This record gives sequence, C-alpha cells and structure tokens, in this order.
Amino acid sequence: MAQTKAQPGPIGAPINAKRVRTITTPEGITVPVTVASRGARFSALMLDLFFLLAALFLIDLVLDSIMGGVGFDMGSEGGENTSSAREFLFVAGIIFGFFGWYGYFLIQELGPRGATFGKRLVGIRVAARNGERLTPEAVIARNLLRDVEIFYPLVYMIIALVLSLMDEMSGGLIWAAVAWFLLFALFPFFNADALRAGDVVAGTWVLEAPRTKLKAAISTQGAATAENASDVTGQRYEFGDKELAIYGERELQTLERMLRENNEEALAAVQATICRKIGWETGAGDERAFLEAYYAQLRARLETNMRFGKRKVDKHS
Amino acid sequence: MNRPNALASFGSRFSRRELEPPADITSAALRSDRFRLEREDDWRRLESIVSRMEGGGLKGVSDQDLLALPTLYRTAASSLSVARETSLDLATLNYLEGLVQRAWFQVYGPRKSLFGWLREFFMGGWSRAVQALSIDIGIALIAVVAGAAVGWILVDSDPDWYFRLVSESMAGSRAPGASREALEATLAIEDDAGGLSAFAAQLFSNNAGVCILAFALGFAFGIPSLLLLIHNMALLGAMMWVFASADLAYEFGGWLSVHGTTELFGILLSGAAGLHIGRSMAFPGEKALLEAASAAGRRAAVVMLGVVIMMIVAALLEAFPRQLVEGATNRYLIGGFFLAFWLSYFFLLRVSAPDGEADA
Repeated sequence: MAQTKAQPGPIGAPINAKRVRTITTPEGITVPVTVASRGARFSALMLDLFFLLAALFLIDLVLDSIMGGVGFDMGSEGGENTSSAREFLFVAGIIFGFFGWYGYFLIQELGPRGATFGKRLVGIRVAARNGERLTPEAVIARNLLRDVEIFYPLVYMIIALVLSLMDEMSGGLIWAAVAWFLLFALFPFFNADALRAGDVVAGTWVLEAPRTKLKAAISTQGAATAENASDVTGQRYEFGDKELAIYGERELQTLERMLRENNEEALAAVQATICRKIGWETGAGDERAFLEAYYAQLRARLETNMRFGKRKVDKHS
Repeated sequence: MNRPNALASFGSRFSRRELEPPADITSAALRSDRFRLEREDDWRRLESIVSRMEGGGLKGVSDQDLLALPTLYRTAASSLSVARETSLDLATLNYLEGLVQRAWFQVYGPRKSLFGWLREFFMGGWSRAVQALSIDIGIALIAVVAGAAVGWILVDSDPDWYFRLVSESMAGSRAPGASREALEATLAIEDDAGGLSAFAAQLFSNNAGVCILAFALGFAFGIPSLLLLIHNMALLGAMMWVFASADLAYEFGGWLSVHGTTELFGILLSGAAGLHIGRSMAFPGEKALLEAASAAGRRAAVVMLGVVIMMIVAALLEAFPRQLVEGATNRYLIGGFFLAFWLSYFFLLRVSAPDGEADA
C-alpha cells in the first residue's frame, strides 16, 4: 500500500541508507526493502542477455546442423522435401526466437523468486511498487517496454550506421537513435527508485533480495555471559556506567561486526582505543574476552535505556 | 507492542521440536537475547518453508507447513517490530528484515500460475481490457482513417508522393502508372504452398515488432503511437489509390481483407494501448502520475498480449488463405468473418471480473 522513505536509521550499512524504503503490506506490517542499485540491474541484464544469446545460438547451431543434414541426405533427388524440411526448421527458428526472447523473462519473473537467472545471480528481484501482488499484467508490460528502451534503438543505430557508411542514409538519423537510446538508458538516473520506463508503466520496481543467515548471538558466548570469565586471565571484566556511557548504537554494531570478523589486529586496535578512552590499562593477548564483555555490557546498558525510550545513536549524541 | 510473553506462547504453538534446539536460554543474560532464543525455532521453520517455496513453488511444501505459513509470517513480522524497539543485535535485525521480506513475497506472491492467468485471459480478461480502452480505440480509429485518407489525397495530388511513402523494395511492381495486368499479378495466388509458412513466420515477427513499438511509444504521451498509426495507414492509402486508379479497388480490398481485418485491427489496438498509457500520463486525473501510468500500463499490457495472438492469426491468414484462395468474394468472406469474430469477441462478450480482481 503506502510506501515511504525510511529514516536512515542505525541499522544497515550506511551505503544502503539512501536506497532503503519501507513498504506497508495490506495488513499493516512494515517491511524494509532496499532498492537494487543501477549497477546490479545492469549486470543482471548483461547476464540474462548472455544466457539468452548463448541459448539461442546453441539452438540455431542445432537447427543449422539438422538443416545441413537434411540438405545432405536428400541431395538433389528430393528438392521438394528438402525445401519443406528447411522451411519447417526456419519457422521453428523464428518461433523459438520470439517465444524464447519473451518467455525467458515472463516465466521467470512470474515464478516464486520474481527474478530471471541474471537477477538471481546478482541477488535482486522484481516486486510490485504498491506492496501488493506482482501480477502477470505488470510483468508483461515491463518486459514489452524493455525492447523499446534498449533493443530497438540499438538495432536501429546499427542499421543506420551501416547504411550511412554505404551513403544510403543521412547521418542525422543515427543521432536520433542515439538520443532515443540515451533517453531511456539514462531514465533510471533521474528518479530515486532507479525505475526504468518499463517499471513506471508496469508499476514495478527492482529490489534487493537478501538471503541472510541467522548468525549466532555474540552476547551469549565466551566472556560476554555473566558467569564466564576470560579463558586467559580468569578475570571477569566489569565496566561501570561511566565507561559504558561513551559509546552509542553505531559503535556497538561496529564492534559486533568486528567480533564476527575476528581479525586479531583489528580487535587489538579497538581494545587499545577503548582503553585509552576509559582510562584503563590492560595487557595484550586477551582482546577478544575484553571486547566480548564490553560488547555485552554496552548492549545491556543501551537496551535498558531503549526500554525507557532513551536512544543513543552514536558517541556524539 | 512490547509483550514478549504473549508472543512467545503464540509462537511456540508452531515451533517444531525436531529442529536444532536453541542455545541455552537460561544462560542468556540479556532480555533481547532471551527473546531471540525463544523464537529462533519459528524463524528457522519459516525460513525453511520459504526457501522450499522459492525453490519449486508449492511442490516441496506440506499442507501443514502451508497452513502455518501466514501465522509464522505474522509472528516473524511482529518479532521484527519488537526487536527494532528492544534489541541492538545486528545479526537478529538483519536476519529478520530479510526473512520477513522473503516471506512477504511468498505470502503475497503471484496467486495464479501463468497458465491459470491465461485461461482467465481468454475467458474474458482480454475482452474486458479491450473494452476499457474504448475511448483510445476511438481516437486511434480516427487516426487510422485520417492516415489512409492523407495517403490517398497526397498521392492523388502528386504521384511522386507514392515513392516517399512506400519504400522501393516494398512497392515492387505496385507503382503508380503500372499496368493493370502487373497490378493484378500482385493480387494473384501462389501456385503451391511451398515457402509460405516461412513467409508467415517472418510476417509475424515483423508485424508483432511494429505493434510492440506502437504500444511502447505511448510512453511519450501517446503522440508517437498516433504518428506511427498515421504513417502506416498513409502507406496503405497510397497503395489503395494505385489500385483504384487501375480500377482494381474491389480486388485489392479482397486481397487486403483476408488478413487485414485481423492485422489492422491488431495494429489499431496496439496504437490504442500506447495512447492509453500516454493519455493517462498526460491527464492522470486524481491519481498520482506514476500510479495512473502503471494502472494504464497493466491494462494496456493485457491488450498487447492479445495483439501478439492476433498477429499470429494474421500472419497465418496472410501466408496461406490470401495466397491460396482465389476470387475477391471468397477473400471478403474470410476477412469479414474474422472482423465479425473479433468485434463480437471484444465487445459483445461481457464477463464480469472474478471476485477480488476489480479492474483498476
């Protein structure tokens, strides 16, 4: 139904913040979605074209070899048969081409993943812009327009180029084709949702399709838990209110990411920074336990405050 | 919003014991971690159902899972809104956002298969879409008639116009001043059917291309669609003049009507479909521009799918009956039959839309 620009909140990588939208489903649940980047869509299209052309080329090759075989077998004795067999294959080729071209996009985008092979590889999918179902009408409309946006002007440009090289057509027409092509190719750059003309007409957009696995909680393992002390020192790190008050949610989530990456040098650097800020002196070698404890206690503090409606977005607030 | 206990008992009814048990709940110190560990089972079950649905439709999903899906989806969605207010665990938040989105796509995925949709399309959806475009069809019809008249008048005033409208390869022997015999020959039948099916296939992909172009150009406020209609018809008008001046108007009409009633109707519809989009963008009325464009675009897309089918019929008619059936009267009969068929199919067939699918 409704669709609003979400506040770029503390969640999610900052690079995505501009592309995050919130859609409200018909029953009133808000779902955050990320509009696919223009680059991702371009690479998906290139992949699809590659697959399609490769498949059509293979079919053509097969038909050709059959055609050659037909010609060879029949030889000169059955001229009539040869030509009708050839004709059949020719018709089959044209029909394959037409239905392959449209069927590839239509069938896949109407499937449960709402994406072609290329889109799936890139991790994006088609969805209805109004938060409702994706209908066959919409998928048909967006795919019919793709031809006019990209392929007709490209083909026309090539034809016009060849003809003007042969001095049979004025060069001006090439520029008309180039302008046509650029108009549609640049269309996605002039709206926030990266819609192409086909998306506008069909009422669709292309979103990122995340497949995130649930990672284990950092705060339930190692030195983060209340009973567990550090393996190395046997010591329990306890931080006071003053030591925890310096950081906010953004720092907490950065720390979470670093603990997951578990790069020792980076952890040592973080520990050093924290110690400098809170005025502690700790030795090296026990960074992970220190940071796990700090993470768990900082999170406990921030979440407690959250329940009272107090949020600290980052260290500056 | 903030009632984890009620939610927990709600969710646990559906949890599956055979899934890997969550980490020790009692050892979790944070309230948000306990919240997460209590619900993880449900989330993972939802994830596995959704993954199976994405993989192969409904085949791999048991009835029991399918029944649980809407509830699991709502549980996950409310988990997400609770987690947003109470948890700072990035892993949980990111996972839930992705999971809720994926589940939403499955719960609100395409309800009908392409096959079921096509059946509905032939049983009335196509006619309804054409009827919804009545105004645009009227405008396109005016453009078509005007185009043909313009072609006729131009060539009538100066036969040189003919060569500007009709390309040389297309004109062939059909030029102004050509002898009656030469013109008559272009209307004659072929001796046998050899080569005609290839001709039909080529005609189809060529004509369908023109139609898709006429439709898609509607995006520029429908004006290019109209221009394309006028240009194509001017060509026809010019050719009509050539035949009429050789006193072959009746025969030419018969030759043309075999496939022309279907093909020209299809071109008319695609022009109207383009115009429909353009008109809704130029005059969106009370809707937002994008909304108006997409509502019109979907309606027009249905018409366009029909046009592609009409083009297949037209190409078959053009290649076989037209080249094989002799006599203008027979040709008129075939053409007239198809015209009557299309008109009654589009405008007499009144099937109401199935429930819950109001035409936008």
